[in-house]
Amino acid sequence: MNLPTLESINLLAVLPVLIVFGWTLVLLVIDLFIPSGRKYWTAWLGILGLLGAAVALAVRFIDARGAAVTAFDGMLTVDGFSLFLQAIFILTAVIGILLALDFLPRHKIERGEYYILLLFTTGGMMIMSMAADLIVVFLALELLSIPLYILTGFARPRADSEEAAMKYFLLGAFASGFLVFGIALTYGGTGTTSLVGVFNQLAEGEPSRDLALVGMALILVGFGFKVAAVPFHMWTPDVYQGAPTPVTAFMSVGAKAGGFAALMRILIVAMPAVGEAWGMLVAILAMLTMILGNVVAIAQRNIKRMLAYSSIAHAGYILVAVSAAQRPEDAPLAVSAAIFYLLTYAFTNLGAFGVVLAVEREDGSGNLLEDFAGLGRSKPVLAAIMTLFMLSLTGMPVSAGLVGKFFVFQAAINASVGNPWILAAAIVGIVTSVISAFYYIRIILIMYMQEGEPQVVLKPALTVALALTALATLILGIIPAPVFQLAKDALLTLVG
Amino acid sequence: MIPLHWFLLVAAGMFCLGLFGVLIRRNVVAILMSIELMLNAVNLNLVAFWRYLAPEHINGQMFAVFVFAVAAAEVSVGLALIISIYRNRDDVNAGDLNLLKW
Amino acid sequence: MLVQQYLPIAILVLFAIIMALIVVFTSVIFGPHRPTKKKLAPYESGMTPIGPAVRRLPVRFYLVAVLFILFDVEIIFLLPYAVVIRQLGLYGLIATGVFVVILTVGLLYEWKKGGLDWE
Repeated sequence: MNLPTLESINLLAVLPVLIVFGWTLVLLVIDLFIPSGRKYWTAWLGILGLLGAAVALAVRFIDARGAAVTAFDGMLTVDGFSLFLQAIFILTAVIGILLALDFLPRHKIERGEYYILLLFTTGGMMIMSMAADLIVVFLALELLSIPLYILTGFARPRADSEEAAMKYFLLGAFASGFLVFGIALTYGGTGTTSLVGVFNQLAEGEPSRDLALVGMALILVGFGFKVAAVPFHMWTPDVYQGAPTPVTAFMSVGAKAGGFAALMRILIVAMPAVGEAWGMLVAILAMLTMILGNVVAIAQRNIKRMLAYSSIAHAGYILVAVSAAQRPEDAPLAVSAAIFYLLTYAFTNLGAFGVVLAVEREDGSGNLLEDFAGLGRSKPVLAAIMTLFMLSLTGMPVSAGLVGKFFVFQAAINASVGNPWILAAAIVGIVTSVISAFYYIRIILIMYMQEGEPQVVLKPALTVALALTALATLILGIIPAPVFQLAKDALLTLVG
Repeated sequence: MIPLHWFLLVAAGMFCLGLFGVLIRRNVVAILMSIELMLNAVNLNLVAFWRYLAPEHINGQMFAVFVFAVAAAEVSVGLALIISIYRNRDDVNAGDLNLLKW
Repeated sequence: MLVQQYLPIAILVLFAIIMALIVVFTSVIFGPHRPTKKKLAPYESGMTPIGPAVRRLPVRFYLVAVLFILFDVEIIFLLPYAVVIRQLGLYGLIATGVFVVILTVGLLYEWKKGGLDWE
């Protein structure tokens, strides 16, 4: 029998995720002995653990010098791509905790489990970015999703939060049913669950490749739910509106990035042999997603719902980059564009939800667009920051959003030679970006032009989170080159 | 031996039954049961594929075990949510979950 | 060839179903049917029925059931390990140890939160 050895398990390579999980388990026990009302201790301890994971990640990054290794006997791949995404996840989790620090006591739902569940789902996302085996993809997806279901219902017994959790749970479980059925068919078509094995079998032109093709389509459906792509987006607005705002902020970034991490690894690494097939499907999904997300967002009166449709639309832009990666020679540029876009989107969206959180009232109201009226006069700095985020989401100059969109469309147009679907997706993307300006800029107008008395509560932790995200959005917008170089070096590789 | 496609047909039928159940049932508990049926169809698929295509590696069988475990975790969360909602509303009808609408 | 092996069982199953249907439906079809209010009342050993037949289960029971599912499923990971415990040696022991420690943390949490208290 071939037992795994210390080298093949390679614990050092996956130290960041081990720190996150190990520390969370310890924290779960510590939290039992922290008196209620002092739960911010759990939060700060959680941030401490995340910082530890960040240090381990940095050490790993310097150590690896771009080389990719496997861990746990080829179950996980630690390459530049996964390191880059893990950095995004850790950042998102830190900001997610900062956003919740004042929010939870203010809404009288201060429970230590928030931070623990958030850390668990972060760990799930980190594994998702490394998964090199279909079994691990499924496990990581569930590890990511199940804590999020609970977090969505965290404002219990508030009815809308519970209802959102129920909807998210039912549709999420439904979607993972599709995903795992697709994985089973892929396994049936190729006889292996490891992505390397799937790649080899498909490259050889296995006779039962049709089975794997059906599997691929079902996997796409499963991930379509997770990343909120049209036509699998129905849950998004309800869940984003009902969930407590810090959870919405975290989920809109983390779950999406986690879903894209595994989707890209499966499609681009394991299935380039059927790239034309999935490239076309993804391009069609991308077009539908961008059109519906941007158009329906215009009709929304509730800002959380509006941002939900905006997040659907942004999933569309990332899908454009994914579809541009269908040919192996175009893949590196497209993948780096996608992960850079995820980074810019992470900062911008977390920041935007941070502002929403500051304006929200204790009873859960204050989420309508009108509630932002007069913000420009009463809180000029906050309004300026919100303006920056809205411009960034639109893709206006001097903001991260423009750079992200630019790289995505550049990659798409590069890859569109001889492939009209990608070109069409890129054109739809540019047109819908212009449409999206309408509803983003409407918020800016409401803040500055309309009279109103918004009730703003700005506590230190929230201020730090807003300052961080605003600064990052600005810096990525003005000097994107160094970070984009990092994204370019973050290769998605096949090792095993 | 029984040909592989018989198992696949049964599994596909089970999956479709589950799918149908999710779409037409109104009671949340029944929807949850239908989702379980879908997962069990997948398990049948996995084990059949393992036995017929790659019996030398235990991947497929192990995968089925993981699907079990994950399904149990999912059901626990689902039941907990159902109980929590039931306490508030005395009703677990999916059609009545309609506070959030556009 | 395998189908033929199952043929006797199939015949038996078919026979059983037909018999059961005959037994149930002959009395419905041929028996006299004169209902009165007393006859339609649920049978409770001749006593007057008290309350509805469907009893409500306390929510506590669901909590215990949910916890049971979680700790019940762990056995499907431990059982295969028990079969090959000698071949896996130290590696298996450590891996299973990690698994059990994680479960124990869960148990600890549940205990301290009062999930195990019936009252």
